[in-house]
Amino acid sequence: MRPLTEDESKAVFTKLANYIGKNLVHLIDRPDETYCFRLHRDRVYYVPERAMRLAASVARPNLVSLGTCFGKFSKSGKFKLHITALDYLAQYAKYKIWIKPNGEMPFLYGNHVVKAHLGRITEDTPEHQGVVVFSMNDTPLGFGVTARSTVDTRKLDPTAIIVFHQADVGEYLRDEETLF
Amino acid sequence: MGRRAKNKQPPPEPLKPVKNAPSKSSSESAPQGKARTANAQTSAKPAAKRKAMEMEETSFDVKRPMKKSKQDVKAPVASGKAAKAQKGQPIKDELESSESEDESDVEGDSDGWEGVADGADLATSKKSLFQGSDSEEEEGLSALEEDEEMLGDDFIQGHKIQDLDLSDSEQDDEGSEEGSEESEDEDSDAPVTAKNMEKRSKALERRARQEEQEEVDEQEMLQKQAEEAEDAMELDEEIDGFVLPSAEEREQEAQSGGVDLAVVQKRIRACTRILNRFTKLAEPGRSRSEYVAQLIADIAYNYGYNQFLAERLFQLFTVNEAIEFFEANETPRPVTIRTNTLRCRRRDLAQALINRGVNLEPIGKWSKEGLQVFESSVPIGATPEYLAGHYMLQSASSFLPVLALDPKPNERVLDMASAPGGKTTYISALMQNTGLVFANDATKARTKSLSANVHRLGCKNVIVCNYDGREFPKVIGGFDRVLLDAPCSGTGVISKDPSVKINKSERDFVLLSHLQKQLILCAIDSVDPKTAAIVVYSTCSIMPEEDEAVVAYALRKRPHVKLVPTGLEFGKEGFTNFRGKQFGESLKLTRRFYPHVHNMDGFYVAKLHVGKRVKTKEGERNEPELTGIIDDEGGQKGAKKKGSAQDEIKFDDEADQAYIEAAKRKRLKQKGSHGATSKKVAL
Repeated sequence: MRPLTEDESKAVFTKLANYIGKNLVHLIDRPDETYCFRLHRDRVYYVPERAMRLAASVARPNLVSLGTCFGKFSKSGKFKLHITALDYLAQYAKYKIWIKPNGEMPFLYGNHVVKAHLGRITEDTPEHQGVVVFSMNDTPLGFGVTARSTVDTRKLDPTAIIVFHQADVGEYLRDEETLF
Repeated sequence: MGRRAKNKQPPPEPLKPVKNAPSKSSSESAPQGKARTANAQTSAKPAAKRKAMEMEETSFDVKRPMKKSKQDVKAPVASGKAAKAQKGQPIKDELESSESEDESDVEGDSDGWEGVADGADLATSKKSLFQGSDSEEEEGLSALEEDEEMLGDDFIQGHKIQDLDLSDSEQDDEGSEEGSEESEDEDSDAPVTAKNMEKRSKALERRARQEEQEEVDEQEMLQKQAEEAEDAMELDEEIDGFVLPSAEEREQEAQSGGVDLAVVQKRIRACTRILNRFTKLAEPGRSRSEYVAQLIADIAYNYGYNQFLAERLFQLFTVNEAIEFFEANETPRPVTIRTNTLRCRRRDLAQALINRGVNLEPIGKWSKEGLQVFESSVPIGATPEYLAGHYMLQSASSFLPVLALDPKPNERVLDMASAPGGKTTYISALMQNTGLVFANDATKARTKSLSANVHRLGCKNVIVCNYDGREFPKVIGGFDRVLLDAPCSGTGVISKDPSVKINKSERDFVLLSHLQKQLILCAIDSVDPKTAAIVVYSTCSIMPEEDEAVVAYALRKRPHVKLVPTGLEFGKEGFTNFRGKQFGESLKLTRRFYPHVHNMDGFYVAKLHVGKRVKTKEGERNEPELTGIIDDEGGQKGAKKKGSAQDEIKFDDEADQAYIEAAKRKRLKQKGSHGATSKKVAL
């Protein structure tokens, strides 16, 4: 467990900014407690400083996770957001998309969102923008990247993909072995 | 019931032509008569009874406002007849004659029903007939009957007055209504007028009711007798033909590869019955232990346990309870889920799941989060709500230790054996994501599902680590609360994991209870020594050596620890002694849960209050002592522990030698004083 280096922080923050934009500051300047990012075995954890200090007494090989896991660094140094970060992404997301009940299961099985399943979408969402996917009753289901801007989606046919799948809560079941 | 219906009735129909009357009456009375016969014949079904009664009553009520028409009157007559026939008594000539009278009356009445009426007259006359026949046939009962009649009278009068208040149209005078038995008898001869109409119908009704009551009583008695006879027969059947196999026979049976299951089951039933009333039913010359041995062997064979475990489980209960317990282990426990209060409320979750076709209900009054799932058209572990972390699949019993632990916000809590995280996330939810929860599990592979669940349910205050629980006070201590859901033999969850039935042996229990004793001391030592703290010990085993014995051991080894009530309002009290082992009175405060009693997994919960240490130095000295004692019977594990403990302490051995010798002497002395009990408990 160690703090992130300059490069690592940059990778993490750019990725996060793709979804939550300027709300990123809320993750760092919190009114309640000081939170920090910590790297432990390739994974980035977002954890209160108080908890982090206590977790320091757990030996490195024995520490499995602390606080919330945001994602992991691949061997090539790229940062990949995990579904476990969804709580914070959903809270601060700038662009959101709601999918209809009949589109929930296909998305939870790891498929992209097609236009037929689109329920609502934030106005003026640009192309290739990170969006958080919600069900119609406002339960966050995952996140992805838009294929088209909001304006362009109007012209698409119903089977066209509008959001590329990045992560969904179904991964808790599907990828339990590799996720943690 | 009918009284209200009456007020809603449409105006009465005009009277039918006379000719039709008899046929109609028969058609009307038929179902009632039938109902009654059916009633009388079959074992008295209360529902049917009520129905018949209702039919009768409503029919009365319907017609009352407009005087009794023949149909109504006929009904009880017919039914009464049926009843008589049922009783197997000859239908009297009088009856028939009264029938004919009936008809003639009916005819007469058609002329002018306003003045005189019809059936009531008949009925009353008939009633007198009945009374006559009754007295002839059941002389013995007559006195009693009269009493009953009087009672019924009063009762009905009460009703009648109410009735009158309701319906003004009926201008009966009350005086005549208050008539007792005698006046009624007089009336029966008198012509029926509008005046006494109501009363007569009442009388009829009462009559019918009384008859019914009689019938019911009779049926009940008959049924009772039949049941008893059956019981006796069954008893005879089972026990008469039953001869306890001798030792040789049993051996032979075992060698031939067992007998038919039906035979074994029959033998189990017989043995149970005999053991329940041993002095009465047992074969002379056979001892109780022989029967018990046979029963245990049969249970092991029938339910697929190994002999050892069947015996150990059998010893926990009375004979009947044991059978219930083994039966309960064959059926699965209900599926229960716990609402994740960090994400949603129970009501919303229930609504969402009902919309998905799940049939569920709150688990009980004792839990605000639990829901019991009866049936589901979708897999309950893969709904979008589940994936979004709105609930956790968790057995009802695993709520209990957390409820006992009662974590408060901003505390530091340790869950020593936490995978797969049901209890950990519950603790986190109760703390509302504040404070800190250390979730530990000794198995690396299981920590994956643990941290998956922690993340799925959005518990942000959890640190997951992978240690052997026994290392704990050294890793980090100073906890406010510690939950130790110790690894155990799983004898409480046999319905979930039937492999327990065969793969547990004496040695497993020794090793497990040894491990549990080490763990509980570590748990106690992990709490903050400065503040008062809580340790909850729980297992999903119902074996006393894994439950009470472990707690009793901890109480002895840590004098600053005492048991406190768990705060769970149900569950059975823990054993204070078991087969000669004394655990102490305070063990009553612990709680046991059984599958056959509480319909949840077998479980044990003890809540320990850790006070301030009285003598810190001496308390620590206990540690090597503990390993020493366990060493006696525990095997290598204890030895290893001892070695590691000595390595880490790194004291000057020579200097310590004197202390060690002194401690040994002291220990021997202690053993001398209450050595017997301690040894037993340690086993």
